[in-house]
This record gives sequence, C-alpha cells and structure tokens, in this order.
Amino acid sequence: MEQIQRKLAEYTASLYNEKILDEQFIQLQQLQDESNPDFVVEVVSLFFEDSERLFNELAKALVSKITEFSILVCKNSNQTNVDFKKLDAHVHQLKGSSSSIGAQRVQRVCISFRNYCDDRNVEGCLKCLQQVKIEYTFVKNKLETLFKLEKQFVDAGGSFPVV
Amino acid sequence: MDFYSSSSSTISSHEEPHVLAVDDNLIDRKLVEKLLKKSSCKVTTAENGLRALEYLGLGADQEHSTNNNGSKVNMIITDYCMPGMTGYELLKKIKESSILKDVPVVIMSSENIPTRIDQCMEEGAQMFMLKPLKHSDVKRLRCQLMQCQ
Repeated sequence: MEQIQRKLAEYTASLYNEKILDEQFIQLQQLQDESNPDFVVEVVSLFFEDSERLFNELAKALVSKITEFSILVCKNSNQTNVDFKKLDAHVHQLKGSSSSIGAQRVQRVCISFRNYCDDRNVEGCLKCLQQVKIEYTFVKNKLETLFKLEKQFVDAGGSFPVV
Repeated sequence: MDFYSSSSSTISSHEEPHVLAVDDNLIDRKLVEKLLKKSSCKVTTAENGLRALEYLGLGADQEHSTNNNGSKVNMIITDYCMPGMTGYELLKKIKESSILKDVPVVIMSSENIPTRIDQCMEEGAQMFMLKPLKHSDVKRLRCQLMQCQ
C-alpha cells in the first residue's frame, strides 16, 4: 500500500512539475466529495469527448478546405476558403475547456492557434492543429494513468484526505 | 397577483439561493454547477442566452406567459462569449425587464479585457469574474449575495 501511495504521489508531482497540469486540476479535486466521488473522472471524461468532437470540427474547418494547390496559392496571396472565424470559435472552446480542467499545455497551444487564426495564417493553423492533438493525446494518457494509479490506491485501502 | 413580490429578493440563512448558470461550454457548465452546489446553491443551467431567457419567462413568444421561473431565480451567472447572444446581450435583456431587473447578474470570461469589463459593469452587472472560476470566487460571490439581499 505504501508503495502504491508513493508511486501515486510521485506521479502526481511529476504532472505538476512538468507543467502538464496546473492548479486548476487541484480545484477540480477539491470539488470531489462523497456526494460525487467520481466528479474528477466525470469532468475529465467530458473533456475527452468534447475535445474529440472539436478536433473533428477543426479538421472540417481547416484540413478539408485545403488542397495542395490551395496551399501554394495561400503562400503567395491571401486567398483561402478557410473560415477563420469558425476555426477560432472552435479553438476558443478547446482553450476554455482545457483551461477549466488544468490541461496547461493544451491551453497554451490554443493561445498560439488563436493568434494564427487572427493572422489568417493557414500554415500556422495547421501546425497548431497538429501540435494541439499531440498535447491532447499526451495529457489524456497521463490522466488515464493517474486515474489507474488512484484506483489501485483506493482498492488497496487508501483514501484521499478531505480538504 | 403576487408573483413578483419579495421571494426573489430576500434569502434567509436557511434557504438555498437559486442560481441560473449560462454557458455554452459543457465542461464549464458542469464545473460552475458543482461550484455553486458546493456553496449551497440550487442550480439550473442553460446552454445559451435564448434558453436562459426562455427559462426566465422572457423568451420571444412568452409575452403573456405565466412562466414565473424568473421570480424564483436569485442570481444569474453567465459566460460572456457565447454564440448567438453574448452574456452582455443577455445582461441587457435582463436589465430591461421590469420583473428581473433587480436580479444580480454576474458575467464570467476567460479574457481580461478592461473595456469589456467596463461595458458590463455600466450595464448593471453585479460582478465580472475571470475564468476558470475557483471555489474562493464562488464563496465570495455567495457572501455578497447574502449581504445585498
């Protein structure tokens, strides 16, 4: 049990040290109580579902509008049929929800992404889309591991301190 | 008819204030709901301004409605950036209503834009809060609500 507890504590600390999560995640944990013991998992699951939906929307708004030819055109002129307003609206959503659960790195990429939207920079947006997916997958894996460790801890008889 | 009398303006220490929370983001809605419940509030959520107005009885086809949800709401907390109707526009509609103009409206935003804040405060917002909301923010709000009612 002690081993699991230590593993959990170390893992949790690493998430904050590596700035994968910020103190907003702690806020979430503090909201969890007996009346809602799975609150954090529920909110994070919602975040996963909503983010996947947003990635689809982003792909529709950005990737499908681009062909190799139009990228060439974009580089030379400001012509594009990408709806940057729509793109920005979706990124704004993703920025909001990642911020709300403390997924710091995802949020940071969203900020850059929005700047590229403002500048109508297709290449920049494409890069950010790639980047945000990478950061999302990364935090998703980390959180899933965290939840697994927490479950192991609880199953071994551990309980979390009431804040 | 007594329905817009005092019930919305006095909260005794035993009653739970009823808050209407408006936000188009699913995760934020869940969070604000939990934060408010943790501060002993009864919560109704709406996903956009139109739904919020409908709930309050101020919707477009509700001129002669007997919907008195509005008189049960002690506070409205709304996100600023929402598609269709912004939180600011919602605030204006509420302040224009003879029934609801005294209900405190709090605006939330992830962006700290002074002109936006001024605009909302000038229109009569109770408070402007930065997202993501923390438990301490909601506690503070709850205290304010108790005092000014």
